[in-house]
Amino acid sequence: MESFDFIEMKVPARAEYVGVVRLSTSGIANRMGFSYEEIEDLKVAISEALSNATEHAYKTGDDGEVTIGFGVYQDRLEVMVADRGGSFDLQKIKKDIGPYENNQSIEDLREGGFGLFLIEALMDKVEIKNDYGVIVLMTKYLHENEVDINDDQISTTQ
Amino acid sequence: MNLNIERIDNGETQELKLAGEIDAYTAPQLKEALLPLTKNEGTTVVVDFEGVNYMDSTGLGVFISALKSTKENNSDLRLVALQERVRRLFDITGLDSIIDIESTVRGGK
Repeated sequence: MESFDFIEMKVPARAEYVGVVRLSTSGIANRMGFSYEEIEDLKVAISEALSNATEHAYKTGDDGEVTIGFGVYQDRLEVMVADRGGSFDLQKIKKDIGPYENNQSIEDLREGGFGLFLIEALMDKVEIKNDYGVIVLMTKYLHENEVDINDDQISTTQ
Repeated sequence: MNLNIERIDNGETQELKLAGEIDAYTAPQLKEALLPLTKNEGTTVVVDFEGVNYMDSTGLGVFISALKSTKENNSDLRLVALQERVRRLFDITGLDSIIDIESTVRGGK
């Protein structure tokens, strides 16, 4: 089996801890040899997942915890963000995400609509599981070892 | 992991100078400072991003609200001096086509 280091953090599901996890992410990614740009992408993607989880906890009045797992592999970083809150309508959310299009009216723009879209744009692979709470699993490959990722890559054509 | 907001009152032009990080924790603070400024008809609100080294979609949300408010109240919103990384989020999401954004850091600063 492929060997990897695993780092787990548990933080209260509150906005003030998003920055703490962001700093940890930056440290781990830096140690692995990700470039400055890639580290910035990781910081945004992981903050988005965490912001979703904390907002979710806030809405349901659930003063819970969010668990973040970092799988440090030779060629990639896998990050899992899990909250224990109730599930949400994934199909609806998927339908709602995407960049702003010129024919859209500004009034229709959703203030909170870009989080998941950014995660998909900035990471190489994203999976969301919605069975028991919400689990976001994100992968970013180290550039020099980039192999076999094209099939799963999400287009960021602008 | 904080955001400093400095307000400079030049009459018709109201400037907010930001320094720090805009995320889920600091975005409500920004919204509270920014939205009231957009409610005055004829005002141009300039947001100076020079000191902002991190922003995510929670920040984008604040600027979407502010933009909507300028449309309702006949005011203007301009974002200036954005760092490349921060600018990129507006580009990826297509918001650069509806928000007035100036990336270049103005001279002499």
